[in-house]
Amino acid sequence: MADINITVDGRKVTAAQGTLLIEACKSVGIEVPSFCYYPNLSLQGACRMCLVKVEKMPKLQTACTTVISEGMTVTTDSDEIRQARKSMVEMLLGNHPLDCPVCDAGGECELQDMTFSYGAAESKYMEPKNHKDEQQWSPVVYFDRPRCILCYRCVRVCGEAMDVWALGVQNRGVSSIIAPNQEDHLECEECGMCIDICPVGALTSGAYRYKTRPWEMKHVGTICTHCGDGCKTTLGVRRSDTGMEIVRGDNRDKSGINGDFLCIKGRYAFDFAHHDDRITQPLIRKDGRLTPSTWEEASALIGKRFADIRDHQGGQSIGVVGSNRTTNEESYLLQKFARIVLQTNNIDHHRTADFPAFAAGVTGKPESTASMRDVFNAPAMLLIGNNPSEQHPLLAWQIRNNVRLHRARLYVINSQEIKLRRQAANFVPIPEGTEGDVASFLAGDDSAIDTAGNETSDALKPLRDKLRSEQNLVIIFGSEIRGDDISSLVKFGSNIPGSKFICLGDYANSHGAADMGLYPNLLPGYHSISDIGIFHQERGGEIPQTPGLTLPEMVESAKADKLKAFYVVGANPVGRLGLDPFSFSQGFVVVQDMFLTQTAEIADVVLPAANAYEKAGTFTNTCGDLQLLKKAGEVNGTKPDFEMIVRIADAMGFDVRKLVPFGRGTRADMGQSRGAQAGEADRHAVWLEAHGLEPKMSPFDPMAILDEIQRLVPGYDVSRMDLQAGD
Amino acid sequence: MAELVSHPDEVRVVSRRFGQGATNLDRYLELDGYKAVQKALTMQPDAIVNEVKNSGLRGRGGAGFNTGMKWSFVPKQSAKPKYVLCNGDESEPGTCKDRLIFEHDPHAVIEGTVIAGLAVGSHTGYIYIRGEYRYLLEIMQKAIADAYARGFLGKNIFGSGYDFDVYWHGGAGAYEVGEESALMESLEGKRGIPRIRPPFPAVVGLWGGPTVINNAETLASIPHILLGGADWYANLGPPKNGGTRLFCLSGHLKRPGVYELPMGYNLKKMIYDVGGGIPGGRKLKAVVPGGSSTPLMTPDEIDVPMDFDSMMKAGSMLGSGGVVVLDDTTCMVKFALRIMKFYQHESCGWCIPCREGTDWLKKTLIRFHSGGGLKKDIDNILYLSQNMLGRTFCPLGDAAAMPTISIVKKFRQEFEDHLEGQPCAFEKESKIEQLPVLA
Amino acid sequence: MRFSEQFESRFAEMLTHYPTKRSVLVPTLLYAQDESGSLSDEVIKEIAGRLELTELEVRNVISYYSMLTTHPRGKYNVQVCTNIACLLRGADELFEHCEKKFGVKHKGTTADGLFSLEEVECIGACSWAPAVQVNYDFHENLTTEKLDNVLDEYRRK
Ligand SMILES: Cc1cc2nc3c(=O)[nH]c(=O)nc-3n(C[C@H](O)[C@H](O)[C@H](O)COP(=O)(O)O)c2cc1C
Ligand code: SF4
Ligand code: FES
Repeated sequence: MADINITVDGRKVTAAQGTLLIEACKSVGIEVPSFCYYPNLSLQGACRMCLVKVEKMPKLQTACTTVISEGMTVTTDSDEIRQARKSMVEMLLGNHPLDCPVCDAGGECELQDMTFSYGAAESKYMEPKNHKDEQQWSPVVYFDRPRCILCYRCVRVCGEAMDVWALGVQNRGVSSIIAPNQEDHLECEECGMCIDICPVGALTSGAYRYKTRPWEMKHVGTICTHCGDGCKTTLGVRRSDTGMEIVRGDNRDKSGINGDFLCIKGRYAFDFAHHDDRITQPLIRKDGRLTPSTWEEASALIGKRFADIRDHQGGQSIGVVGSNRTTNEESYLLQKFARIVLQTNNIDHHRTADFPAFAAGVTGKPESTASMRDVFNAPAMLLIGNNPSEQHPLLAWQIRNNVRLHRARLYVINSQEIKLRRQAANFVPIPEGTEGDVASFLAGDDSAIDTAGNETSDALKPLRDKLRSEQNLVIIFGSEIRGDDISSLVKFGSNIPGSKFICLGDYANSHGAADMGLYPNLLPGYHSISDIGIFHQERGGEIPQTPGLTLPEMVESAKADKLKAFYVVGANPVGRLGLDPFSFSQGFVVVQDMFLTQTAEIADVVLPAANAYEKAGTFTNTCGDLQLLKKAGEVNGTKPDFEMIVRIADAMGFDVRKLVPFGRGTRADMGQSRGAQAGEADRHAVWLEAHGLEPKMSPFDPMAILDEIQRLVPGYDVSRMDLQAGD
Repeated sequence: MAELVSHPDEVRVVSRRFGQGATNLDRYLELDGYKAVQKALTMQPDAIVNEVKNSGLRGRGGAGFNTGMKWSFVPKQSAKPKYVLCNGDESEPGTCKDRLIFEHDPHAVIEGTVIAGLAVGSHTGYIYIRGEYRYLLEIMQKAIADAYARGFLGKNIFGSGYDFDVYWHGGAGAYEVGEESALMESLEGKRGIPRIRPPFPAVVGLWGGPTVINNAETLASIPHILLGGADWYANLGPPKNGGTRLFCLSGHLKRPGVYELPMGYNLKKMIYDVGGGIPGGRKLKAVVPGGSSTPLMTPDEIDVPMDFDSMMKAGSMLGSGGVVVLDDTTCMVKFALRIMKFYQHESCGWCIPCREGTDWLKKTLIRFHSGGGLKKDIDNILYLSQNMLGRTFCPLGDAAAMPTISIVKKFRQEFEDHLEGQPCAFEKESKIEQLPVLA
Repeated sequence: MRFSEQFESRFAEMLTHYPTKRSVLVPTLLYAQDESGSLSDEVIKEIAGRLELTELEVRNVISYYSMLTTHPRGKYNVQVCTNIACLLRGADELFEHCEKKFGVKHKGTTADGLFSLEEVECIGACSWAPAVQVNYDFHENLTTEKLDNVLDEYRRK
């Protein structure tokens, strides 16, 4: 698009045709204030804060609705403009309760900031303010009308962006009020977007309100651990009797791959950390009962039994189960521990999507995986299977908003009437379980859908033609499509110029668990067991040469009394697969978990684990993006899985240096961490960390093993600087 | 049914058929009805637009934009259908003229709508009538049905090969819906919140199609212009202010009523001659010259021609033709309050300055009128109104601010007379609305 | 939910007038209210369903327009215009007269459900002020005596 030149406050500004004046100003760092304007939501022009002077126009104009035109000359600051903005704030404050001292938004409130900027301190009115009692609309959404400034952001984000449409405006004039359909009751998905987007304290969160002030919390930007999309969430944490408590989650700095978005889980789902049932001490089975114990006793016991079993029965009599929710470093370490310390390839995890088949399908096809950003910008998208609105909320958000803002074409093939069909240019319902057949059909096998019925095939044929005429298509598929069907789909996509794929995995680090080699037959990066040379070199340890047992095979082996030890890290196979707990009654079972799961209940030793909000490391989202996790919360008595694995190895008499290459990196004088020089040291630390040079002085430092992962696992070679920056 | 009046100075153009039974289609035809549209069917669209442009007809809805000019903004080619929308939401306090047109001459509105359609290449017109005017809506429904029955509307009108549909539409009580973009929202079944402009309705209007929006009186004038010619019409009024206008005289007058007078008719004469002057030997105090949103004028300011340009020069506006006359028994604070109550009630609430500004002004004026006013309030009222002016999303905010500013400036003494608990000198007994007041 | 035949045929016809269904909403609501007295939850649901709108959208529209109401009114809604032209010619007196006569305030309804009182904005009767609208009928050039006669007529109906 052609560029347009304008002058703002005497500065030349160039921006693409169609750019809004407010955005053009922002691009050169001139901030025009606004309440109602919100990027990517429909324009309102309602708050009148963004008034600026455009030459040749008699009245002040709203920068948020003015599209730039060649030669436009604009002034964004003058006495007249300041007065206009000041008077808007004065008028707003007229009916505003000014209850900042008890308002959750105090300190993070755009109205406060605007009042501060424009000095609307004098109260010109003495009339009683219009009052309306606060309403609770849902367990998490509270609404305080007097604080509301009617910017309509909540209404728009709920409707346009979330496609929920639970909020509207009732009445008119000064009686206007944001309202759900039933005046006191929201019918919605509880995503909390309305709360987040509210510039003032009118919408507050039931989970957070009146708990603390924003400045009393530490804000830690980390990755949400609830699904595979990998949204950034900023956790507000506060010291508590039992460690660090997470008080709230939001996306206040909007710098993650999720931009403005966060779903109900990312926003509220961390109260499990302080659940009464949380285990905070190692438990050892004594006299048939799990009894609180010490770390020393537990490590010694595990070390001794694991070593005994390995030495007397052989590594193949030990089974290991990893997790979809632990960090990459932990998964990597776990399989390394299994293979070189326990001397077994009996390692598996709860498999979701068929990542190995997908990896095989796209090897040698660079640039064939799509990111969340690609989903937002692609001209066309194909979705087969899955229900992203529930399983991948960020992905659904990207899809919806791409359709809304860029008029992208969405094609949906699904056995359910999923919500995203509302955005679809074309929705083809198919019988359940035929997703794989559809993949074959797309790849050219017309007979694959013979059983699906005429209606389906009549709908699929024109769809396939249409898809073939697309370019830069993003093909998104759920775990319904596996194995050869994935290769068919990849084959189909390869004939569409610029097409890319996303394979959807269920849990926060399903993708990472697969990449890290939690498979009995695959090493990290999907190298087969026979492809072992490079790992030998790196580890200096022997890896057993034969593939190990899958999880179901381990169970069979345990029943046959061949499997003598079972080490479960962050998984609950007994509960999830409904296994017979007695299968393991003859073996030695060690479980690391937050809670006493059904698997933990049959264990001989249970170690209290920290969750992903309570440790550092990296996660790989479903698109394959590597992201940094930062420690936010803490519950006294728990430890990260990483540390526990290292401790067990140590207790087995293994040289932990061979397991975790710590103590490499540059050693630096960290200087003072407090006082006047503190910032100096911090800056050094940040720089060193960004360049991968931070001192890894502890064997419990996951960053120490990240170097190894980056060397060995294809696709993980992102720069530390990018990882640090989160993009 | 509203009473009709007459005065020798009247020049009857739009009101020509008032009282003649022209709601009856045959009668309308006898009175030159549907001749203009047949003429228009033989003309090039540009020729119609030029004729209207040259007639000097300016919008009768209030803003006074040259009608032909407005039509010429409609793009010739358009992927989306074009529409003509007749604004019959008449709600500006002091204005009651469209009502008479709908009551006595509904076919003239239909005819004007069709001609506007021919001029801009549209095939569909809507006539929006405010909800309170139910009986007029019924008259219009019948008129439209009659016109369809004769083939004046629908497919192939007058055998010309041109199709044109006209539909009626009723409102449900909202002044703001008279604002053209809010009118379109309302017609589309939404809340009457105005739209962001540009794009203007002539380019992107109803359902995204180019739309001509005109006041009912504007459209009812069109057939007369086509038949009488642009020059004839233009010469009825001063330069650039063609034709006549229905002036709605109300308030303290001996002979209130709706009179059709040439544009540029002297306001003073209108009050004393046409309206018969002020009853009971009382004196004139102020005049609202063009509906409640226009700045008030004092007796020494009223020797002006009533046309758009002269009124602008005189510091007020011609507005919608509602001339409200106030005699010396009127409390100006109370009058300002009543105006503000109206705008506060009718503000759509979309933008801050109008929503909050009208509410605070209303509250302050209530307190002021009830005797709780402080000296600084007078300046605050001015300050607030001036900060609304020109900064609202649509002109309703201006409409609230302008009369208020003029009242405070021109009648400041009356505000001072109300200070410090003094009872309003104009009230017989103290029966004024009381609001609790914080000290 | 049943409406009269006239309502149904007008509704069906109106739908053909516009390119979108939603466009019939405002007049339809008013006609529905004329028949059922007020826009109850049931009416809202029905109309929302017919026009493929959410109930919330319909409520948002209803609450915007001053003639539309979700609360039942009296059989005769006495709407006294007190806007400027009427004000100058004694509208306040008329309104107070009604308040006393009915024993209700603005938007109140008499105990027998016969009359509701409402103070309204300009109804387009400025030149014939003061004016009152009872339901849809205009009564103009009123005095308190004339208004009494008018109201008596309604009472007798
Ligand atoms: C708040 C407001 C209310 C208005 N009400 C009306 C109205 O009731 N009738 C009308 O014809 N124009 C009204 N207008 C003017 C219209 O916006 C528009 O200018 C007019 O219908 C155009 O027609 P005209 O050019 O024929 O005057 C109103 C404008 C505003 C800002
Ligand atoms: S000025 Fe603002 S609040 Fe007032 S009617 Fe116009 S848009 Fe609505
Ligand atoms: S940001 Fe422009 S009006 Fe609100």
